[in-house]
Amino acid sequence: MKRSIIQLLILIFFAAVLTGCSKGEKSQDVKILNVMTHDSFSISENLVTAFEKEHGVNIRFLKSGDAGAALNQAILSRENPMADIFYGIDNTFMSRALKADIFEPYNSPMLKNIDESLKLDPQNRLLPVDYGDVCLNFDKAWFKERGVRPPESLEDLIKPEYQGLTVVENPATSSPGLAFLLATIGHFGEDGYLDYWKNLRNNGVLITDGWEDAYWGQFSAASKGVRPIVVSYASSPPAEVHFSEKPLDEAPTAAVVGPGTTFRQIEFVGIIKGTKHMDLAQKLVDFMLDKTFQEDIPLQMFVFPVNRQAQLPPVFVKHATLSDEPILISPDLIARNREAWIESWTITVLR
Amino acid sequence: MDRVLDNNCPAVNRSTNRYRIGIAGVPLVFLAVFYFYPLIKIFTLSFMPEGVPELGELKKLISTSFYIRTLWFTTWQAALSTILTLIVALPGAYIFARYRFTGKNLLQSFTAIPFVLPSVVVAAAFHALLGPNGIVNSWLMDSFDLTVPPIRLNHTIWFILMAHVFYNYTVIIRIVGGAWARLQPSLSEAARMLGASSWKTFREITFPLLFPSICAASLLVFIFCFSSFGVILILGGPRYATIEVEIYRQAVHIFNLPMAAALSLVQICFTFVFMWVYTWLQRRTTFTLYPESRKVTQRKPSTRKDRIIVGTNIIAMAVLLGSPLAALVAQSVSTKQGFSLVYYRALFENPEQSIFYIPPVEAIAYSIGFALTALVLSLIIGLCAATFLAQNKSRAASLLDPLFMLPLATSAVTLGFGYIIALDKPPLNLRTSIMLVPLAHTLVAYPFVVRSVLPALRSIPANLRESAAMLGASSVQTWMHVVMPIVRRSVIVGAVFAFTISIGEFGATVFVARPQTPTMPLAIYRFLGQPGALNYGQAMAMSTVLMLATALGFLLLERIRSGQEGEF
Repeated sequence: MKRSIIQLLILIFFAAVLTGCSKGEKSQDVKILNVMTHDSFSISENLVTAFEKEHGVNIRFLKSGDAGAALNQAILSRENPMADIFYGIDNTFMSRALKADIFEPYNSPMLKNIDESLKLDPQNRLLPVDYGDVCLNFDKAWFKERGVRPPESLEDLIKPEYQGLTVVENPATSSPGLAFLLATIGHFGEDGYLDYWKNLRNNGVLITDGWEDAYWGQFSAASKGVRPIVVSYASSPPAEVHFSEKPLDEAPTAAVVGPGTTFRQIEFVGIIKGTKHMDLAQKLVDFMLDKTFQEDIPLQMFVFPVNRQAQLPPVFVKHATLSDEPILISPDLIARNREAWIESWTITVLR
Repeated sequence: MDRVLDNNCPAVNRSTNRYRIGIAGVPLVFLAVFYFYPLIKIFTLSFMPEGVPELGELKKLISTSFYIRTLWFTTWQAALSTILTLIVALPGAYIFARYRFTGKNLLQSFTAIPFVLPSVVVAAAFHALLGPNGIVNSWLMDSFDLTVPPIRLNHTIWFILMAHVFYNYTVIIRIVGGAWARLQPSLSEAARMLGASSWKTFREITFPLLFPSICAASLLVFIFCFSSFGVILILGGPRYATIEVEIYRQAVHIFNLPMAAALSLVQICFTFVFMWVYTWLQRRTTFTLYPESRKVTQRKPSTRKDRIIVGTNIIAMAVLLGSPLAALVAQSVSTKQGFSLVYYRALFENPEQSIFYIPPVEAIAYSIGFALTALVLSLIIGLCAATFLAQNKSRAASLLDPLFMLPLATSAVTLGFGYIIALDKPPLNLRTSIMLVPLAHTLVAYPFVVRSVLPALRSIPANLRESAAMLGASSVQTWMHVVMPIVRRSVIVGAVFAFTISIGEFGATVFVARPQTPTMPLAIYRFLGQPGALNYGQAMAMSTVLMLATALGFLLLERIRSGQEGEF
């Protein structure tokens, strides 16, 4: 008995090592295009395979932690890049990425289908690829049961009837948290946002370090939490419908997208300097901005496509809302003040 | 004794020395390549971006009270967590060491399950149990007609302490329990016979004899809590920060690499000092003993008192460890419509055709494959390190011992970033290699092998080995037939930890770019990344699968040692 188990373990061990090795070997005869990205990236397998077949290349995705960690790794490895393409730098990190000078300009022909307001780099080193609005989400049932009017603006959150109802992510450790802080800075101005946060603190706002804890730990619609208002994405309600165990007609949550309440987060793709496959990398960027790939984005990552020609899936058409007047702050301004804003926020809200 | 024998035979002396240096070489080379080299590279880059030292950040470190307070919090919460874990787990270690009862192996495997769970999942379990709408609060509110939940643990220090006890219970059980089982009961029996009370016997006989292993286990728990990250972030909330959390914040979100590096250095220095004190303490308290077979040390709980002792401990374990785990499993099968296996079925489907879909079977295979690789590597490195330390009482050894432990308390962000810039050229072009995963896990796992094996190795009386040598056994033969049977149990304890650490994905791998290696924890993170009840349910279902796969792995490992005559 004992021997057979040891043998079995050894067998599994070598089988695992062998599968690992054989995968490595197979990829040596074909060209590999490495795409560095954050952990939330996703895409349909058949799209990737189609591109690989057409261009005789293997695409390898390197997931590198959250957006900040991934960008840092790309910058650290600039002497000897790990990847050919980076997918998923957002406008809050953009200036840092451009300052590090790790991207090649590329005027993709697909740019003509993209709205001007989304193009933030005139040299096209970073090309917009998807976007979404960070905003307040609320638990519809909670407000209906209690007959309380759901929040419509940022100012609502500091009213007495909304005391202790809100949960917000820490801008120092979370990307939606930072986006929401930027929304308040855009809305109340650099002079007014700290007063707003002071009031929010006095009104019992709860701060969590990450989106996971806010949404899965504290938000009443998604967990056993007791807070019916959370900072999430405008595309979270369609995700609630799409990922429900039974088909739903109506989303259990709703997004607050009134004028000046949301921050528009735009994600970019760029070709990393030093790539040995410039031609293929450009083709892949074109492919990512083209209609097929763009139409795949909403249900994979729950963000919006930038290509005007891309059709939205029904669940997005029915349940997703985008703000008409989102807050936009220039990446340069963000880069210049980011640390100071976060520092002042931390002192005001946490200490 | 050792030294006297060596001095008499210069030939033996030389070959033993060579053998000793050789055996220290294995862990030292591993550490040099996968620890010091990447670390030095990232420190150099952080402190000397232009080739000249810039130490402005280090000054800020001392001048602002914030960092001092962070260091103080890091230290006291780790110390308190360690003390609490000891109080709760020592009685458990006692029953595992002294009693034989049905289901004991199963129960022991079960205590280690928390160790593999991602902190997000543990937080979910605690919320389900003790959150404002959790099972306990709902029940209390119903029974006592309360309008507000009486238990409010969210974002308090109590949540952090509880989670640390939950995670580290098994460390005390395994390491102290193992040593306790080797103690001859005749010693305490003699004390009792001479009229000592049972408390006095414990205080003056058992406790001093157990002290080295209690120290070793406490040290591991302390270092683990000292560098705690996920628990603090999620259960503690943003008001609490350990140095590790602050390093992450500085490096990833503020891009302040010099500050992150400075904090990592502080963390490493503190760990080194703790370790050095420990080593000093340990050398003063080590003694040798003839190890006793479990056949003699363990008995069935036959008297009423025995049964109460064993029963109370099992109930304590069920409440402390069992109830959060049960809450998790319950969440994986309960939907809005009641009991259902829909989340488990969904694990096998990929409706979005995502290229990152992780089939459960593949996730299990990858996780176990990595864990076994990390286990083998940790055993090789850990055993070499422990053997060297046990035989060597020189000044060099007392410095090497703390050195061997450093990876355990080194920030994963810093080390991960170090890998990016250090392991980028052949022959060490490992940045995007699949081997980086088990290698990084080994770095965290082998200190557990060292700590669990070293007390056992040191307790072997020198004359046992000398008798074998006198009878003509070679050093290899002595090792195989004298040393190994005595330390086998500790080796397996170390192996179990290595396996566990790898399967739970501790270490630098979280912050390292890597190709698709669909392990179970990554599958859980993938589900929790998007809203929707189905995603949450699948995360809970995958966590349950992770628990089962881990438990199965433990049972197989335990099998290897069971059924042996005269084992220790």
